[in-house]
Amino acid sequence: MDNLHSYLIISSILFSLGLFGVMTRRNGVAVLMGIELILNAANLNFVAFNRFGGMAELDGQVFGIFIIVLAAAEAAVALAIIINLFKNHETVNIDSADQMKG
Amino acid sequence: MYTDFAPILIFIFFALLLIGALFVLQNIISPKQNKGGDKLNTYECGEVPEGSAWVKFNIRFYVVALIFIIFDVEILFMFPWAVVFQKVGLLALVEMLIFLLILIVGYAYVWVKDDLSWVKMTVRYGRGRYAPLQKKGSDS
Amino acid sequence: MAEVAFIIIAAITLASAFFVVFSSNLMYSGVALFFTLFGVAGLYVFLYADFLAATQIMVYVGGIMVLILFGIMLTNKIASTDLRQANRGRFMAGLSAFILFLLISAIAVTTQWHTGSPQFLDTTVAKLGMMILYQYLLPFEVASILLLAALIGAALLSRKK
Repeated sequence: MDNLHSYLIISSILFSLGLFGVMTRRNGVAVLMGIELILNAANLNFVAFNRFGGMAELDGQVFGIFIIVLAAAEAAVALAIIINLFKNHETVNIDSADQMKG
Repeated sequence: MYTDFAPILIFIFFALLLIGALFVLQNIISPKQNKGGDKLNTYECGEVPEGSAWVKFNIRFYVVALIFIIFDVEILFMFPWAVVFQKVGLLALVEMLIFLLILIVGYAYVWVKDDLSWVKMTVRYGRGRYAPLQKKGSDS
Repeated sequence: MAEVAFIIIAAITLASAFFVVFSSNLMYSGVALFFTLFGVAGLYVFLYADFLAATQIMVYVGGIMVLILFGIMLTNKIASTDLRQANRGRFMAGLSAFILFLLISAIAVTTQWHTGSPQFLDTTVAKLGMMILYQYLLPFEVASILLLAALIGAALLSRKK
């Protein structure tokens, strides 16, 4: 179990699920959840390659930290946009956000 | 190294076990009849429950959570910095100060823009330390 | 013993990720995402990334998940428990995601990855601190500018007018 392939397969399942969520969901918050799954899958790959590549340097883990930082900033801004969309349009369906001026 | 995390796993296991045991226990000792009506109602401190529990929040909760998460991430960078601080010395202090100064700009922004004050309160009769809260135009 | 724990954690992660994507109630999706993020933190522990596991709990579970739950609570009409949402194009999306999954996992399994023999560190925090202060100094400082921009932008957007 403790080999690179199992982690890669877990992360590819997570990635596909996140992609499926992003493609099918129309609710902005649900799309954001799909994006979080994709980010976690990528992060898992970074850390898995870092560990099985020898762990002489920890570059993969530093990348993981920066991805988490990016995810925090992205979630904060994305949810602010979704809340504003709800305030202006009374909906969170991202298909209804098709105008430049709300 | 991951054996260091075994206590956490054991802790989670026993927490789940305790919750499950309590559910089984209450299922055993609670009376089987006389279930219905008010007993299935939501408990709201003895009052008659009103509306759903899933209500729309005030947006100020979101602003506070937002400020929290930004400084949460800041703290995350301070842990590894604090561990190596003695080894690196002054350089680490300068680097972290630059990092903090940039974020303090954001802190000052939300402070000046009044996002941190929870209740934007005005009072009708303000005396002493409440004087600044008094609404303009109303007599005291 | 460790293997059993690994399998259980991986199963919890994947099952709750399925639930996140397929549940028709947004609140349940949000709670399932909690378990997914916890499971990924557990997998980080198995990958000898102790600091990253703590970070995952601290920032993802303690921060981002709270924001997402607030987002769910803030974007629904008062006293409306119906958080169902329209899904569309399930078949085509599922097919393409499944094909992509087969492709990625086929590549991942068949490629001869360059793997070294791991040196086990006692703890990664000190080394990560040195890397952030020397090698990754510029990204570290730029991250604060990113956070500043996110803070000001999101506070401006979500302020009550």
